[in-house]
Amino acid sequence: MSSTSVLGGVVRRREDPALIRGGGLYTDDVKLAGTAHAAFVRSPYAHARVVSVDTSAAEAMEGVAAVYTAADVEHLGPLIAQAPVGALRPLLNNGTVKHVGEAVAMVMAEDPYLARDAADAVEVDYDPLPAVVDLKESLGGAMKVHDDMDSNTLVTWAGPFGADEDALAELRAGIDAAKSRDDTVVVSQEMINQRLIPVPIEPRSVLADYQAGYGRFDIYSSTQIPSALAGAIGRYFGMALNQVTVKAMEVGGGFGCKLNVYNDEVLTAYASKQLGRPVKWTETRREAANSTIQGRGWVATATMTGTNDGEILGFELEGIADMGAYSQNFTVAIPFLGLFVGSGQYRFPTYWKMDCVTTHTMTTDAYRGAGRPEAAYYLERIIDMYSREIGMDPTEVRRRNYIPASDFPAAVSPMGFAMDTGDYEANLDAALESAGWSGLLAERDAARAEGRCVGVGIATYVEVCGFGPAPLVDLGFSWAEYQMPSAFNGSGLVRIHPDGSATVSIGTGPSGQGHQTTWAQIVGDGLGMDVERIRVIHGDTEEAPPSIGSFGSRSAAVDGSACYEATRKVQAKAARIAAHLLEASEEDIEFGDGGARVAGTDSSVSWEEIAKTAYQPHLLPEGMEGGLEAHAIFSPGNATWPFGTHIAVVEVDPDTGNVQILRYIGMDDCGNVISPMIVDGQIHGGIAQGIGQALFEDAVYDGDGNLLAGSLMDYILPTAADLPFFELDRTVTPTDINPLGVKGIGEAGTIGAAQTVVNAVVDALESLGVTHIDMPLRPRRVWQAIQDART
Amino acid sequence: MYPRQFEYVAPSGLDEALALLDDNPGAKVLAGGMSLLPLMKMRLLSPELVVDIGRIGGLGDITDNGDTISIGALVRHAEVASSSLIQAQGAALAAAASWTGDRQVRNRGTCCGSMAHADVAADQPVAALALGATMVAASSSGVREIAAADFFVDVMTSALAPNEILTEVRIPKAGAGAGSAYDKLGRRGGHSDYAVAGAAASVTRSNGSVSAASVAVTGVGVRPVLAGAVAEALVGSDGSDAAVEAAAAHAVAGVEVLEDLYGSVEYKIHLAKVFTARAVKAALAAAG
Ligand SMILES: Cc1cc2nc3c(=O)[nH]c(=O)nc-3n(C[C@H](O)[C@H](O)[C@H](O)COP(=O)(O)OP(=O)(O)OC[C@H]3O[C@@H](n4cnc5c(N)ncnc54)[C@H](O)[C@@H]3O)c2cc1C
Repeated sequence: MSSTSVLGGVVRRREDPALIRGGGLYTDDVKLAGTAHAAFVRSPYAHARVVSVDTSAAEAMEGVAAVYTAADVEHLGPLIAQAPVGALRPLLNNGTVKHVGEAVAMVMAEDPYLARDAADAVEVDYDPLPAVVDLKESLGGAMKVHDDMDSNTLVTWAGPFGADEDALAELRAGIDAAKSRDDTVVVSQEMINQRLIPVPIEPRSVLADYQAGYGRFDIYSSTQIPSALAGAIGRYFGMALNQVTVKAMEVGGGFGCKLNVYNDEVLTAYASKQLGRPVKWTETRREAANSTIQGRGWVATATMTGTNDGEILGFELEGIADMGAYSQNFTVAIPFLGLFVGSGQYRFPTYWKMDCVTTHTMTTDAYRGAGRPEAAYYLERIIDMYSREIGMDPTEVRRRNYIPASDFPAAVSPMGFAMDTGDYEANLDAALESAGWSGLLAERDAARAEGRCVGVGIATYVEVCGFGPAPLVDLGFSWAEYQMPSAFNGSGLVRIHPDGSATVSIGTGPSGQGHQTTWAQIVGDGLGMDVERIRVIHGDTEEAPPSIGSFGSRSAAVDGSACYEATRKVQAKAARIAAHLLEASEEDIEFGDGGARVAGTDSSVSWEEIAKTAYQPHLLPEGMEGGLEAHAIFSPGNATWPFGTHIAVVEVDPDTGNVQILRYIGMDDCGNVISPMIVDGQIHGGIAQGIGQALFEDAVYDGDGNLLAGSLMDYILPTAADLPFFELDRTVTPTDINPLGVKGIGEAGTIGAAQTVVNAVVDALESLGVTHIDMPLRPRRVWQAIQDART
Repeated sequence: MYPRQFEYVAPSGLDEALALLDDNPGAKVLAGGMSLLPLMKMRLLSPELVVDIGRIGGLGDITDNGDTISIGALVRHAEVASSSLIQAQGAALAAAASWTGDRQVRNRGTCCGSMAHADVAADQPVAALALGATMVAASSSGVREIAAADFFVDVMTSALAPNEILTEVRIPKAGAGAGSAYDKLGRRGGHSDYAVAGAAASVTRSNGSVSAASVAVTGVGVRPVLAGAVAEALVGSDGSDAAVEAAAAHAVAGVEVLEDLYGSVEYKIHLAKVFTARAVKAALAAAG
């Protein structure tokens, strides 16, 4: 019905002027009169019995409002989790603490400085105990993390999905048979996918305001899941959902780490209710490292079996994933997301097994990509090693083993999941063409002839994202614990105001993804309305319909589709009104240029006139209700499966181990593109984080469970100055599971990047005999690998 | 990250600042704040009084004294890096300043602050050592000059007394046939961030051989140190690559090399040699 489409056009992010000029409102910017500020007393030990907690000195300090210990909050129970497998986190722990940074006591004072002073004045006597940090030790189980649990292994995910033990045994027997053939090779490598700290630029922050007079809460929080937080608060304090409003204002990055309801959020609410005044807590960068979830942390062995001419006959991955000390929202589910894409874009038999173990470290959970970067890393590293082993071009090996385009739509992956749409070979070809693959190899060889260590790396990925499908609930992913409808639906509410402007309210919210722009485009396209006339309200549970939140690259695919459908409903009603006003037939009405028009004529009516009419029932067609707004819930039938190919060219200085990325080329496919600039921005950020893992970041713990890289001095994040120019392009394979044809793109860059860089570095060092280096490829490691290969 | 409570004064005169330091033994001087403030926020350091020298006049200049160049206490890293005088006459220091931290840090942090802070992996101190700089320290009882070689004492410890202010770093100008250079591997790779290991060299060539040399290494031990044995091996040599590499083998002679997150002892020793050779070669090339 629309005549001009803004979808796909380059639109600048409308939110940026406010954000760049400091005009955005973040949680910590909200100042409420009488606010008390919280600080936590945290364990300096990874494992210790708390002998005593003496709060008297802190309580006696001027300006201290309250000090809470575990006894004060035990009645609330532990922190809820979506998959309550393993130990749940006590809100405060005065028993046996299980990781450095675990909250022992909480202090409220007149300002954050005093709160810190008072927290330092709380005297805690600890009896330190030995810690379990190493994953293999944890799996071995010689020492338990939680005495009351049978084992340190919380769950073992094995796949293909749905295969019983007999089927798995049969699968493995088939792969074993292939191994013993004399035209096959077997390559195997243990690899570490190291732990990472998410580090959004805005740390977490929460401000709870209990209004005793009304018996209700306003909670401001830097969260990706406002609806779930509202549900959780309601549940802890016995309140109906309409008594708790959560506002996630601007959120300065999340990357999954704000996809949790945290104990500090519950405790801040508790304190506000107890003290009868607002209470704010803003995480400091230092404590964030140990009080906000971390990501990754796998050690696994990948084994690939294939023929000498590039036909892969089996891929096996067996490993251990680090869950940290307590299970939070998604914790044990993360490796399962890896299993989803365990066989990547390929059709070979895949056996996959990850033991999820607990350790005396901070909890792990969703970090950009969440299980999928890990899975892609192992697969794409080992396929590279296999290619090298049989001496075949790595692009050719991949091509030979892809699920063919003819299997789509509704191909079923070897892991047992139905995939929406895909054309992997076309995407690979486009990437090779864009990069000038053979030219790259020639340049590499020329550089090598000069004695330089230059390498070219390639990796392809498929992602599963856009979570929303109702069938997921059957897999045990449910938000019921948070008083949420169990499904991962999307929702949108579109309202036309009497002046003809529009508001779109969404339950999901951005943490940098540009919802203000994208949603205005979706609605503006449907209504033929200038995006400047459309306001997007997000992250406010009072204003917006409930939604699960922004994560798993789901907002556009699921909530965006809901908005699209709500827009269609508004459009349908507006068309009837316009037809009535213009005395035309409804079928002839089209929208554009700020109003409706009878197709092929000059006869038109503005949105303002349509809206004014809509709010005056006596002017409406017989029997039509007044008002002009619509709500839609969208429940997709499947997740979306975007994919792509990344290529990197690197140079290594063999004398120092220093790695420099010379070129980085990305060819991603996320189906239809609503806003190219935003999609590119998402890929940029994603690649930056993937390169961060490949080259820089390492949340390394010592054997006693101390986080050695806990500050940004030592936890090295990539900055713009450390990264190359990204040469991006795309193929477009629309999905058939949502009306927009869009797939998620928030995590794709991260899922594709790390192995691309590692493959390139290993290629550069091929002649020195290096076959693998564990990330991050800091100079120290690279140099050591060269030394080890020489001896 | 919230520091403990402290008093803050920003005197407008040097004498006033020095008197405050005399009267408040626990006081700390604040220059660019790039190192002091993080320490305070992490509560690793909690001075009761902070004396901000930022408003004292006359400390912000790079001055050409004829044979030497003075860098005042408020001269920022960015100014050292972009000074054509220092680039020409003390290239090692200009390079070290240009690779210190990131742009924001370079626009606030001071060269003198970097000396006073004496970080084990800092860039400019090692250049000051190789260039044979003089540190000019003022206290209420007068001014004293400290040779760079005597200035860096231990981990984050300089020879400054608590009541002294480093008012200037003075470097000799490169004479005829002289050149200097600095090179390092940064913690973020390349030249970015603190040195995993690095070396500065200042050399003079005459009649086809190396007539004078001074080399120093950073990032390897508890403080930046002169590599005397390297200089000794270089002087009198022909300055060929082979001679330089042979000399560089002594880069950490007498130094107790320490491991950190960025390097094992073995790796650091190796890097010290690599960068010593690279810095000396670059200095020789600059010397002509
Ligand atoms: C993100 C970041 C990255 C950095 N990267 C690097 C790097 O790559 N290489 C590197 O070498 N450094 C690096 N630094 C440190 C930086 O160079 C600091 O600026 C420098 O070490 C201190 O200078 P300042 O003027 O900021 O001193 P301040 O922080 O103000 O003071 C530091 C210390 O020196 C004392 N002090 C300062 N000036 C004087 C004076 N005139 N007389 C007496 N005492 C004085 C102070 O009392 C204090 O103890 C980095 C810092 C940051 C924050």
